Amino acid sequence: MGIYSLLSASWMLLLDAPDVAFTEAAVGAGVSTVLILVTLFLTSPVDKDSGRKRLLPLLVVVITGAALAYGTLDMPEVGDPNAPNVIYVAPRYLEQSPSEIGIPNVVTSVLASYRGYDTLGETAVILTAGIGVILLLARTRRKDGPVARDPPRSENRLSLLRVVTGVLLPYILLLALYVQFHGDYGPGGGFQAGVIFAAAFILYSLVFGYPSARRVVPSGSLRFLMALGLLLYIGVGVWALLEGGEFLNYSALDPHHPSHGQHLGIFLIELGVGITVAATITAIFFSFARRTQP
Amino acid sequence: MIEKIAGLYNYWIVIFLMMTGFYIVISRDNLIKKILGLNIFQTSVFLLYISIGKVRGGTAPILVEGVSTYSNPLPSVLILTAIVVGVATTSLALALVVRIKEAYGTIEDVEIYAEEDAQ
Repeated sequence: MGIYSLLSASWMLLLDAPDVAFTEAAVGAGVSTVLILVTLFLTSPVDKDSGRKRLLPLLVVVITGAALAYGTLDMPEVGDPNAPNVIYVAPRYLEQSPSEIGIPNVVTSVLASYRGYDTLGETAVILTAGIGVILLLARTRRKDGPVARDPPRSENRLSLLRVVTGVLLPYILLLALYVQFHGDYGPGGGFQAGVIFAAAFILYSLVFGYPSARRVVPSGSLRFLMALGLLLYIGVGVWALLEGGEFLNYSALDPHHPSHGQHLGIFLIELGVGITVAATITAIFFSFARRTQP
Repeated sequence: MIEKIAGLYNYWIVIFLMMTGFYIVISRDNLIKKILGLNIFQTSVFLLYISIGKVRGGTAPILVEGVSTYSNPLPSVLILTAIVVGVATTSLALALVVRIKEAYGTIEDVEIYAEEDAQ
């Protein structure tokens, strides 16, 4: 699964979407693979699938696939410069964003400014999903549940891993900070940085064990940060309202220099997104990891 | 005709991945496998959007001097948020599976139905 994600990330990079490739590499190759493995550990690694009912699904899939394939014959080719999606709204963003927003990365300007409502909603969805996971897994485990199998690990085997992790962690955190604050100019932003941050904590927890990771990041502060990020985002929107603009119209933040206001607004909401994403993904992982503890 | 079809290669890959995920979802009983299938399905949609946004001869939509052709930034925006939302919702599904395992002692949907009927 990790390899699959890495491959799709590479293809996305070839298709000129470095921001997305970044996200997919961090999420797919890191976070979701770990979460699936933890769930397998908590439930049962054995698949009791019987061999029946294979033919009908196969038939359905082949027919659906054939219909879809027939539909693609009317679609524009890859890279067609006259494809409807390329000539409709994209030129507006590419031509106007330098004067309206003033940052080179158009993906960031569309994400944070033109489509700020959308991104706000998505951040709220992430927070809600995180709250859901915490609530679902908060109850203490039933006594007859699966007993955590903690294999007697030899300290020598792990010590090399610990040294390497110790060396790598500062660089991962530094990369996350770079991705967070350089998102205006290069590929990056709050979503990617948040996931990289969370991946660093997950790595720490995997190598040094859940109890010591818990000491580094107490759950109270994680929950506080999850909400703080979204509040920061909404707060910027309300600030723009109070300055006389529309909700999330950052130009109102600095009436004399609208592009300064845009810079400030994008910086703050990306920070909010980064905080919420990092705290939520870490909290989700910790909720699962706590269940593996005896 | 052949050239036309070769130029549509991205759709063939997307449809193959989509149908693989779809097949796993409808043919497997194991709930974790169903979630994996949904994940593959989801990735195929991501790739569909990103490949549609590509412009021949274009570069990544980060404005620099001397470049006039850029790929469409909009699919990137939509998909990069969707990926992070996707991992959050997937983990919600996995949390539900963990609880189902605790409540029913199994994660095969046939056995869950059987237990429901028995009650």
